[in-house]
Amino acid sequence: MQDKQINGYRPKIAAFCCNWCSYAGADLAGGNRLSYPCDVKIIRVPCSCRVDPIFVLRAFRRGADGVIICGCHPGDCHYTSGNYHTRRRMSLLFSFLDYLGIERERMRVEWVSASEGAKFAAVMNDFVSEISKLGENRRLEDVRCKEQTETRLSEER
Amino acid sequence: MQRTDRDALVRRAVSLMNDGVCDRVLAWRRGEFSSDVSPGVFTDTESVEKELVRNFFCGANLSKYLISETEKTEKKVLIFLRPCDSYSFNRLLSEHKFNREKVYAVAVGCDGTADIGKLKRKCGALSDIKRRGDKIIAESLYETNEENEENEENEANGAERVFDLEDVLSERCLSCNLKNRADCDEIISDGGRDAVSERFFEVRRIENMSSEERYEFWRGEFSRCIRCNACRDVCPACTCEKCVFSNPSSGVENKAAANSFEESMFHIIRAFHVAGRCTDCGECSRVCPQSIPLHLLNRKLIKDINILYGEYKSGESVSQISPLNSWTENDADPSEVAELLERSRSK
Repeated sequence: MQDKQINGYRPKIAAFCCNWCSYAGADLAGGNRLSYPCDVKIIRVPCSCRVDPIFVLRAFRRGADGVIICGCHPGDCHYTSGNYHTRRRMSLLFSFLDYLGIERERMRVEWVSASEGAKFAAVMNDFVSEISKLGENRRLEDVRCKEQTETRLSEER
Repeated sequence: MQRTDRDALVRRAVSLMNDGVCDRVLAWRRGEFSSDVSPGVFTDTESVEKELVRNFFCGANLSKYLISETEKTEKKVLIFLRPCDSYSFNRLLSEHKFNREKVYAVAVGCDGTADIGKLKRKCGALSDIKRRGDKIIAESLYETNEENEENEENEANGAERVFDLEDVLSERCLSCNLKNRADCDEIISDGGRDAVSERFFEVRRIENMSSEERYEFWRGEFSRCIRCNACRDVCPACTCEKCVFSNPSSGVENKAAANSFEESMFHIIRAFHVAGRCTDCGECSRVCPQSIPLHLLNRKLIKDINILYGEYKSGESVSQISPLNSWTENDADPSEVAELLERSRSK
């Protein structure tokens, strides 16, 4: 695994991947032994439009430093128009969060097809290095969740 | 005081009730002072004659009450629609929230509503307010107000203070140039004010701040939130029967003093849930007991929608399709949006 650690900090990234394209793309990246940082936690969704804005906020709330949504290329959606809806919805959400002062760079939508394993790895490498530069998400986190997560982690240890 | 005075509304309401067309009237109800007008449901002619008012403090948008009131009667519900209310009326109708057959809609013109918060800040406790030409005469309960000593011309009047109409109007009225868009059964008068300020002026001001400043600005605003949910309850676009904020497992149900996260989450979700459906009626800001400028959240979304997906005014017609329910093949990619909006700003 490529180490993207900067000053001991490893970002937490939530990646929502659509079942039909991007999740398969991630699989291909793995199959081809292309490396991308282990900071990316993949969450499989049936379609990128399954991602409710609440999911994005909830991820940030529970300590994610960046959220990336991956779907089929526009026009290739398994459900015909799901990603077109994602495109509009997330465009507005990102711009809205930017308006509230949350760094726009923390959120991204990328189109990755099932054959683009290399693109998947490249996108994730790029996103993780950008989030590493930005540092921790302090503006949308919920400190109560943080305490919970940290106690749970220490208990596990 | 308004272009249509209360007597015209009362006459119409009473005659419709006597004719047996309507047995419920949705209008504005007098409070103890002329400034504390509340929305009211009248079920008999006597209370209509006694309590119905139409003045500068009739701020409430009545459309949302149709959802519950039309269920309660076999006859029709009479509603008075100002121009801004007609947009919410259309919006609710296009979402099939009430049966149009059970509504008797009457269009009334509007000369704006006063922002009570603004007036109270200027002259303390209000007892009454009158209009003389373009001026607003506010009568305070107190003799003088220390903050406004510089206003010497009013000293002779004692508790009376004189304002320009535009100084006391609520912000939504200053940028209003709406006409009644609903398919009304009857028109008593039509038309609203002409806009004197640009609708997106404040939004642009916030957009021009740095990310850090924006964050601090909104954190300051949201930190005052007491999570009373008034903005949600009053919003004519928030009509879900089950709300995510009533769900105990959503994690955003109650106010907690831990940090400002819950408030931001609440307000982001609230604004986003009405994106593309918000008619910009400004009720959220009007009812906010903490004076949080919530309409600026909705207006940001409206502004972005207008720029990215074409000019769109929710509630203009019953048959319109919300931009978030539709798409085109050439929509901007989320990665290009920042640049597009930036470009439109510098234009």
